[in-house]
Amino acid sequence: MDTAAGAQARLPIRSDMDLMWVRQHVRQMAAALGFGLVDQTKLVTAASELARNTLVYGGGGTMETTPLAEGGTPGLRLTFRDEGPGIADLEQALQDGFTSGEGLGMGLGGARRLVHEFAIESSPGAGTTVRVTSWVGRPPLRREEV
Amino acid sequence: MNEAVPWPLPGPATGHVPVLRLGDVLLVTLQGDLYDSTAEQLQRDLAEAIARSGAAGVVIDVSGVDVVDSFLGRILAEIAGQARLLAARTVLVGMRPAVAITLVELGLTLPGLRTALSTEAAMELLTGRAWPARSGGRHRGSP
Ligand SMILES: Nc1ncnc2c1ncn2[C@@H]1O[C@H](COP(=O)(O)OP(=O)(O)OP(=O)(O)O)[C@@H](O)[C@H]1O
Ligand SMILES: [Mg+2]
Repeated sequence: MDTAAGAQARLPIRSDMDLMWVRQHVRQMAAALGFGLVDQTKLVTAASELARNTLVYGGGGTMETTPLAEGGTPGLRLTFRDEGPGIADLEQALQDGFTSGEGLGMGLGGARRLVHEFAIESSPGAGTTVRVTSWVGRPPLRREEV
Repeated sequence: MNEAVPWPLPGPATGHVPVLRLGDVLLVTLQGDLYDSTAEQLQRDLAEAIARSGAAGVVIDVSGVDVVDSFLGRILAEIAGQARLLAARTVLVGMRPAVAITLVELGLTLPGLRTALSTEAAMELLTGRAWPARSGGRHRGSP
């Protein structure tokens, strides 16, 4: 798809330098699509969480950015993919405070609260795909919805 | 530098964050985007600097930071925790409203971190006297 914010793009996630590129790319796309400063910051923060999980737990992977338009409303979809060990218990992984490493366990649950749509697919041995979407000008989800 | 500059440009503080000393207080200014490894290095540098200097406080200026995720949030909380063990307090200065709002949604509360609106206010909070002030003995306000 081609829009003012550019076409779909895929970035590698292999190092903490790549995490910086991911953040800057999402910031630029979100700004070009018309997201306000707070919403840009939420998207970039969610992207940073998911990209770091891709790097740390997934052993590296990619982020794909897809600009969207629905009924005149621009949106941005981010897809994080890795072929790592996968997640056996998704519900547990999404719980605030659960970590299998040395994090705070806030990344997945937090990222879900920061976007409008959140989908995760994972199974042991098959890697992990997380897809998030946000729309310009749409109010944030209420807490009860996430 | 005459090699091609990659796009996008990394923030200015990607490599190393200097720790300045102002009387009893250590002052750190974070600018732009940080490598994870830079943030971890800062955490180690600060622990050492507090232990060596016996500083009463640490002021971290985050006004130039446009993203704080759970990684950087954890590092900041751990800096405050290790400072407390070394009898120093930590104050964050100048957090951007968009960052603060995002941190709340993310669910990060940054325990142990106080915030102040300006470096001067932070210095006053930590030293118990108006800043700038004459250098003098260690003097801390009530907690
Ligand atoms: N891409 C992935 N592949 C495999 N496991 C994952 C992946 N992403 C998350 N996980 C698992 O889910 C857990 C929770 O992830 P989450 O991002 O919420 O917390 P964390 O990364 O451990 O800590 P934080 O993000 O707060 O620094 C991780 O500890 C890990 O076990
Ligand atoms: Mg995480």
